[in-house]
Amino acid sequence: MTDEVEAEAGAADDAAPEAEVETRYGVPITSSRGQTVLHPSREQLLETASALRDDGFIMCIDVTAVDYLEDPVRDLPIGVVPERFELVVGLLSHARRERVRLRVQVPEADPTVPSLFDLYPGSEALERETYDMFGISFDEHPDMTRILMPEDWEGHPLRKDFAVGAIPVQFKNAPGPR
Amino acid sequence: MTITEDNSATGTDDTIDDAAPVDLGDDSRVRRRDETSAVLRYSEAAAAELDYSDENDRRMMINMGPQHPSTHGVLRLMLELEGETVRRSKPVVGYLHTGMEKTGETLSYLQGPTNVTRMDYAAPLFSELAFSLATEKLLDIEVPERATWIRMLMCELNRMSSHLLFQATNGMDIGAVGMMIYGWREREEVLRLLETITGLRMNHNYIRPGGVAVDLPDGWRDDVLRILDVLPERLDEFDGLLTGQPIWRERLQGVGVVNTAECLALGVTGPLLRSTGYAWDLRQDMPYLAYDEVDFDVLVGSYGDCFDRYAIRLNEIRESMRIVRQILDKMPSGDYRVQDKKVTPPPRARIDESMEALIHHFKIFTEGFKVPEGEVYVAVESPRGELGCYMVSDGGAHPYRMHIRGPSFVNLQVMSHMMQDALVADAVAIISTVDPIMGEVDR
Amino acid sequence: MPRLPLIGDTSRVLDEGIEGLDHNFVTGRLEDLVKWSRARSMWPATFGLACCAIEMMATGAAHYDLSRWGMEVFRASPRQADLMIVAGRVSQKMAPVLRQIYDQMMEPKWVISMGVCASSGGMFNNYAIVQGVDQVVPVDVYAPGCPPGPETLMHAILTLHGKVENGELTRRRAVTGAGAGITVEQRDGQTATQVVLSR
Repeated sequence: MTDEVEAEAGAADDAAPEAEVETRYGVPITSSRGQTVLHPSREQLLETASALRDDGFIMCIDVTAVDYLEDPVRDLPIGVVPERFELVVGLLSHARRERVRLRVQVPEADPTVPSLFDLYPGSEALERETYDMFGISFDEHPDMTRILMPEDWEGHPLRKDFAVGAIPVQFKNAPGPR
Repeated sequence: MTITEDNSATGTDDTIDDAAPVDLGDDSRVRRRDETSAVLRYSEAAAAELDYSDENDRRMMINMGPQHPSTHGVLRLMLELEGETVRRSKPVVGYLHTGMEKTGETLSYLQGPTNVTRMDYAAPLFSELAFSLATEKLLDIEVPERATWIRMLMCELNRMSSHLLFQATNGMDIGAVGMMIYGWREREEVLRLLETITGLRMNHNYIRPGGVAVDLPDGWRDDVLRILDVLPERLDEFDGLLTGQPIWRERLQGVGVVNTAECLALGVTGPLLRSTGYAWDLRQDMPYLAYDEVDFDVLVGSYGDCFDRYAIRLNEIRESMRIVRQILDKMPSGDYRVQDKKVTPPPRARIDESMEALIHHFKIFTEGFKVPEGEVYVAVESPRGELGCYMVSDGGAHPYRMHIRGPSFVNLQVMSHMMQDALVADAVAIISTVDPIMGEVDR
Repeated sequence: MPRLPLIGDTSRVLDEGIEGLDHNFVTGRLEDLVKWSRARSMWPATFGLACCAIEMMATGAAHYDLSRWGMEVFRASPRQADLMIVAGRVSQKMAPVLRQIYDQMMEPKWVISMGVCASSGGMFNNYAIVQGVDQVVPVDVYAPGCPPGPETLMHAILTLHGKVENGELTRRRAVTGAGAGITVEQRDGQTATQVVLSR
């Protein structure tokens, strides 16, 4: 299965006859409500981001993640294996006034992704936040520590298996046991 | 920035020609990872173990915040000082982390704006706008024209009140304590207008998916014109008090200099990016709402220092007033909300008459309306930079993931680089002109 | 009429000044003088956290003016402050800082919990926000609102002043063992939005 993915994603020119996967920069591309989305794998992330940067996408706007624990069915191109976490990177090209989004599948068992710091230093704080909230750690990041929660906090709040933490609220004159 | 003879900062530079390659500067400073970097990359525990006891070592680590008089909320700065000079620094955030993105997953799309509005509490309507635009894109609905223009009017008024807040707090931080009073005096006028229209002075929950909450009240034109009449004079007062004044210039010119390449590398947007001479404003370059139908200038600076940022924000108030005047002339009539029964609650009077209206009202307010599956990213130009909303829907009545890209969070990264080799007093000026709003940084 | 307990008639003071006093000295109980001076120059500590801080600054600014009650000096150093107005949501990371600042204030000290987030966690019933600062510091007055407008905050402050001056606050604290826990009502939008611009 993985070999097929690599073959389809890497060989843009000679795509397999059954797979109608459109690719750009060597990775599958889809469109979501009119917005361009690329689907590199973890291994392809740096290469794709570098190619995009050379092509004019000079600003890294956003790095965040989504935990698809409760909604594994989503709109992915054929050949991209869905994993629990998805890293979402938003890039912006000023010259072409265009945005592009990269969605990288990150498995639960090994939540690490290469860091974009060398390409886009501005991703430093955003990656720290993603680590803090989801537990996805970034290789070669200069300072992989928590940024929003206290340093000794346990757990990653935005994961779906981390409860909201609401305490039961009692209202004055509410019927029922107090 | 061109300074005219009467010492008021007006005028704009031409936008940068995309065809001709422009030297944007050297950004190697922000790419350093080692001890020469301006960013102090140590955890709390590791920082406690740094050893400055060598007698030739004149450095010490000092903490600034999270409770400190510079009125920028709960920002903590770990400063490595050598005498009075800042060598390295680390902004420590998280003191206002509210779990808004997690809370957003438990609220319906109609309740969503009440949550996001409290992120950037100086310019709450922008967060509501980003959220509503993202929801509408997922829903694939078209907002009526009048609603779009009302949104534009409210956003520009909010931009004015946010920049007036900046003038007040910036002035006070630098030492012109009277500016605090003047800035708030002006801001009160705008807040009063916002109260007449939306019902609240702050955290309005006015811009909702589908349009706006209520139509503009009678007499709104007169109220807006009253503000537009009085403000220009007051802004000239600010100019007279600050712009040409030698002490103000000494404090701000040449302080906190960044170049365009550094800002672009760090993802910095808004007045910070524009102060370096780079004209990038989402309202003009990637227009949303009806910004392509109004005429306004994008203001840029020349030196990338604190003075440029102050002047840009002051003049952006004037540009916003210009936009508001045009909106007054061009405001179309029509619906203030999209008339889609599944999205817009029915008017209260109809609930007594129609069973269907009652059911719709009930469903929208208890369960919430369902939004089709998908994911979008929408961005607007807030007074601090690019404010984006990334929304993922799983087809249900609550967002599956709601992420707000806060401009202050990303802009904070440039602060350490600006503060390197500056004095502590300059550090205060720098924090002030970066204008972070901690609610948006920490969410 | 001055509220100090006096011996003698003071009704002619307004017209005649000091000559209008029956005796040209005033007396009062020490307790009352102390309570009076505590209430009249209660200096707040800067503890603005979030949106409520903006409304607190608006209350201190020219339009709503806290200076009328001697409170325009927001002291940054807790050693010099009497009143801590906790304005905004207190996160888990900020709670120890809040307690530290409270501990550094000198007695007598009071706490106003401004806004619903400080009073009860507000709309943020989640892992990140302390559900009410009374879990961390003893609160004397709760001011509701999100954010409470300047009028509500002034009402809370004046209520506090009033209760300090007539001794009610100390009595309440003795009963609860912690802060006085007075809840005030919201007073926003009381005055129609008038235009007071002048040239």
